[in-house]
Amino acid sequence: MHIPDGYLGPQTCGFFYAVMFPIWIIAAKVAKRTLKARHVPLLAIGAAFTFVIMMFNVPIPGGSTGHPVGGVLVAILLGPWLACIAVTISLVVQAFLFGDGGLTAIGANCFNLGFASVFTGYYVYRLISFNAPINSNRRVIAAGIAGYIGINVAAFLTGVELGLQPLIYHTASGQALYAPYKLNVAVPMMLVSHLLVFGWIEAAVTLLAVKYLQKQDPALFYETHH
Amino acid sequence: MKLTTKLWLGILLLALLSPLGLILPEYFKAGSDWTEGSRILWQAPLPEYAFKGSQEKGLLYVSFGYITSAILGIVIIAIAILLIGKKLTRKGNRR
Repeated sequence: MHIPDGYLGPQTCGFFYAVMFPIWIIAAKVAKRTLKARHVPLLAIGAAFTFVIMMFNVPIPGGSTGHPVGGVLVAILLGPWLACIAVTISLVVQAFLFGDGGLTAIGANCFNLGFASVFTGYYVYRLISFNAPINSNRRVIAAGIAGYIGINVAAFLTGVELGLQPLIYHTASGQALYAPYKLNVAVPMMLVSHLLVFGWIEAAVTLLAVKYLQKQDPALFYETHH
Repeated sequence: MKLTTKLWLGILLLALLSPLGLILPEYFKAGSDWTEGSRILWQAPLPEYAFKGSQEKGLLYVSFGYITSAILGIVIIAIAILLIGKKLTRKGNRR
């Protein structure tokens, strides 16, 4: 669900860069304050994971594409701010090197996938796993639900951003200048596929990874870092 | 084996499996995408994780390009994070 160049108008792109800029600054400050040297390899693994899992890019009948993201999983392990950094780096490499997602849309893509999705998913996880022991099954289930909700937040926002374009930018005769589909098409297109298919894949990936890591090393989880 | 080694191997495995997203739709004859593709500003060196002209050479060649791109991306990201991590943890929080 990476938005390419040419799908969002200039003000929309600028708006999301402006929104992300302070978020990136805060993320860097939080990282500077909390990142421990022993967690750097885990951060590298987390970012590489989001990069490679997003490459499982499947076309959706009806014309769109979807893929798992992995950002919520990284947030469960490293906290939402570091997960935001991990997803941002993935998206920047994908845009510059592989043309996956536009350069002008990096702000919007980072907002959807690296901020809104990650933070929503992370706090859903925290809410459901509240007070649960680090190796409990409630945390595994919380991770699955958080993954499902997190990816759907991103899909919904992507649909809204694309769907608003023909309303904001059109010629006098009503011809769309950027993304052509209105909200009533763009939102269901993104959301239905993610509610029905990609949400479940994301849930399974997040849940299984948490289950595996609980057994391997409970000290990996963010809540044990302090 | 150290856990980080295991996790890196897991990521390598994912890189090797990454062309599945290309192969399955080919199999089911699904439609092409509309949100990921067009470029105006910037010519990416490996657009759509593919080598130049690999489309005509068939799915096996495309898959090879995809896996190579995945590994290249992973290496670049790992180096970027290790450098950033070094900078961010320079003072204090050493452990």
